[in-house]
Amino acid sequence: MMRYLAGRLLRAMLTIFLVVTFAFFVLRLSGDPALLIMSVDAPPESIAAFRQSWGLDQPVWVQYLAYIGHALTGDLGNSMRDGRPAIQLVVERIPATLAITVPAFLLKIAIGVPAGIYAALHRNSLADRLTMVLSVAGFTMPSFVLALLLVLLFAVRLGWLPSSGADGIAYAILPIVTLGAAGAAILARFTRSAMLEVLGQPFIRAASAKGLPWRRVVAEHALPNAAIPTTTIIGFMVGTLIAGAVVVESVFAWPGVGRLLVVAVANRDLAVVQAILLLVAATMVSANIAVDLLYGWIDPRMRQVPR
Amino acid sequence: MTERAFTAIPRPIERSRTARFFEAWPPLTLLAMAWVALMLVVALGADWLAPYHFAALDLKARLQPPILFGGTWRHALGTDELGRDVLSRLIVSIRISVLIALFGTLIAATLGTTLGFVAAHFRRSVEWLILTLIDFQASMPFLIIALAVLAFFGNSLVLFVCLMGLNSWERYARIARGLTLSANEQGYAGAIRQLGASSWRIYGLHVLPNIASTLIVSMTITFPETILLESGLSFLGLGVQPPLSSLGNMVGYGREYITRASWILLFPSAVIILTTLSISILGDWLRDRLDPTLR
Repeated sequence: MMRYLAGRLLRAMLTIFLVVTFAFFVLRLSGDPALLIMSVDAPPESIAAFRQSWGLDQPVWVQYLAYIGHALTGDLGNSMRDGRPAIQLVVERIPATLAITVPAFLLKIAIGVPAGIYAALHRNSLADRLTMVLSVAGFTMPSFVLALLLVLLFAVRLGWLPSSGADGIAYAILPIVTLGAAGAAILARFTRSAMLEVLGQPFIRAASAKGLPWRRVVAEHALPNAAIPTTTIIGFMVGTLIAGAVVVESVFAWPGVGRLLVVAVANRDLAVVQAILLLVAATMVSANIAVDLLYGWIDPRMRQVPR
Repeated sequence: MTERAFTAIPRPIERSRTARFFEAWPPLTLLAMAWVALMLVVALGADWLAPYHFAALDLKARLQPPILFGGTWRHALGTDELGRDVLSRLIVSIRISVLIALFGTLIAATLGTTLGFVAAHFRRSVEWLILTLIDFQASMPFLIIALAVLAFFGNSLVLFVCLMGLNSWERYARIARGLTLSANEQGYAGAIRQLGASSWRIYGLHVLPNIASTLIVSMTITFPETILLESGLSFLGLGVQPPLSSLGNMVGYGREYITRASWILLFPSAVIILTTLSISILGDWLRDRLDPTLR
């Protein structure tokens, strides 16, 4: 188990290293930040001074080694726009993002999982079909369209909720509902098929055949087994808590990490974009490891055969 | 008793002819097909179908509502702030969005399938490398990567289409690798190899046709994803750039006028939803027909 964990951690570090490297080269080779930040007709001396102060006059591989060295000590460079440490800018925005993604995450689970289970247990009933129709609709609708439709209904027509900004709980409702609805649709569909898969297994028939009440068959045999694949998808959703709200934050002008990313990209603020990429990669990778560990706890079979 | 049974037999057959037709071609699937066909026609014939040039201004008819909400036939779907005809812009946007999604899907399918074949053919370190790339691609949210690449490389249409093609190649690579490994276990690939066929011939003429149906079903999954990704990026103003317009651009532009002229964003939104929905329905149907193992 320890060996498995060590191997898993090594691969996780490799992934994060790959992301940092990829981000560094893609972003550095794509244009001269000095010319992008200053204007093209700035005096050559000040452009040169800018390059020197950001280390842009060094060869790319020197910049890269310096960047990695700094990254290892927790220094991801300063924002080229306002000179503050990039990591600080990003960390400041995390609470705002979590304030909408965490409630949305709970909403997804609270709606998606029971809906999926109910639909599977009442296969082909009206409720099942309705769940599936809603699920496909939620699946195929872009989040910005759903967001704007909600704004149109609740902010413009009914005037119950504010359409954008972040001045209190009322402002968080529409972003949370938008994120939650899309996730619930995916989760409902997934839970339903996981449940149907398990319900078709011979051990379910065996449990029924030995006279166990259906309620207990479902609770003790079907649900624990269907929980395994469902946990995987929920684990992936944990990984998107930081970065899953880029579009929704932009629609609602919510001051979170996603909006910071869009603004940083538009301003070509390299250090901030890199810091966010690294943060997202770290979140995704940790979530994946957590899911792998959770498997051992949920599924006793995994304890015997470490991959 | 027996006589009644005999006379009763022909009837269900007679009655079931239409029933059988709709069983093979469910009405919802037919509607989805019709919509996808319409979108393809619009995409290919945009220049002939659009009543006005998509950038033509009609300053006397700004923010005209659509036909059923007090508008006129002159601008059937209304106009925007600059008096541009929404229908014409919608048609041109459909062309851009559909073509980008189509090329993106084809690039992803070609790239992914090739890498899958390569992994299954060479095994060992090549396979390990490709599997690592697959893991990497699957673990990073692609929207984030796309955002970074796009804004920093500047934005040309060619680069954007290539980026869309990078979106879901890992799905094809995974499928192609898995199916090729099992095909290599089966007799036919070995038999052709014994006959002296080259690897190109084996993969191109024998393995590919055998796994094509699964790949086609995957395309119906990645095509809507590509439309959603493209429209999301364009909505953020980081995808297709003006003066060109995609469905996402239109929604992004219409967002400014949501209180005064909601039709500007409602029509392109509806087109996006109907298109992704239709292809998903079509994909489910194709999956049931082509590949019963995936059910």
